[in-house]
Amino acid sequence: MRAAQPYWNPYASGVLLGLVLAGAFLLTGHGLGASGALGRMVASVVSLVAPASVDTNPYLAPVAGGGANPFNNWGIPVLIGTLLGGFISGLLSGRLRAETFHGPRISTHQRWLFALLGGSLVGFGARLARGCTSGQALSGGAMLSLGSWAFMFSVFIGGYALAWFVRRLWKEV
Amino acid sequence: MAPLTFDGTMLWIVNLLIGIGFGFTLERAGFGDSRKLAAQFYFRDMTVLKVMFTSIITAMFVVHWAWRLGWVDLSLLWVNPTYLYSAIAGGLILGFGFIIGGYCPGTSLVAAATLKIDALFFLGGVLLGIFVFGQAVPKFWDFYQLAGDMGRITIGDWLGLSTTTATFLVALLAVFMFWGGEQLEKAFNRDRGAR
Repeated sequence: MRAAQPYWNPYASGVLLGLVLAGAFLLTGHGLGASGALGRMVASVVSLVAPASVDTNPYLAPVAGGGANPFNNWGIPVLIGTLLGGFISGLLSGRLRAETFHGPRISTHQRWLFALLGGSLVGFGARLARGCTSGQALSGGAMLSLGSWAFMFSVFIGGYALAWFVRRLWKEV
Repeated sequence: MAPLTFDGTMLWIVNLLIGIGFGFTLERAGFGDSRKLAAQFYFRDMTVLKVMFTSIITAMFVVHWAWRLGWVDLSLLWVNPTYLYSAIAGGLILGFGFIIGGYCPGTSLVAAATLKIDALFFLGGVLLGIFVFGQAVPKFWDFYQLAGDMGRITIGDWLGLSTTTATFLVALLAVFMFWGGEQLEKAFNRDRGAR
């Protein structure tokens, strides 16, 4: 198997990502996002299984209640594009490979369990904050939204506060 | 004048292309690897900080100068409304999940698209967390909807500064963080005796 290409320089990556983000604002009026579209997928499933519960839920009703189509939103093509873009880059750089990334001290199965647990917290937190690292921190950060900056610092504070306690997940010691 | 007004299929395609640019760049930056993302929180690899703040100041300056040159109507651009307390609470919870799970939503999409199994489990967790939130939020609806509701407000508004001054302050902060990030990276990798 050929070796994967090196990653881009972080500052160069940041400039390009910033240009994509600015392009999104100038072309469409909004920034980037990921968790909102995932939320719409969840809402669509809930509305299939238990439509009545959606209509009485103040959070889900505007998205999927009544005749609302949860997929009629800009986040959906952005989500599909993000998957496509990641796939194309992985293919071209030699990183398209089924594998599990984990720290040196835990097994693959332990890693899956913690990924599921961490993901649940991230999903809950992202919807509570009305956006994730993309929709709040990057997009709102570039527009200097006060709440987005408060969110961004909270993410870093939360991560750093817990990092020492879960160091066994990622470090040698 | 920007923002442009595409509609229908054209708008869908524009959004798809924006997504492709987003996903491609995230993957090339190295964000498809949970170990690299987690290393941010042990000061070993500050790529997350560098990429995030570079992209924020780049987009900020492009949009700001497009506005100063009269190319964009700023009032038509989406500025995330501020709900201060839910933003802080949600950010902390997301930060906990980030270091436990190794990804955030966007980066997990890119990792899953390059077949990383841990990212698939993470994404399953995200969907589960979103489901739980949707079922639970009516119980704390007032906190979610009212606590710290400040509307559309920027850092400049809050500090009583002009937008131009605020952009320069943010850029200054970013440069300071880049410098600090480089120092921390060096110091923490020296301790490991590696590199």
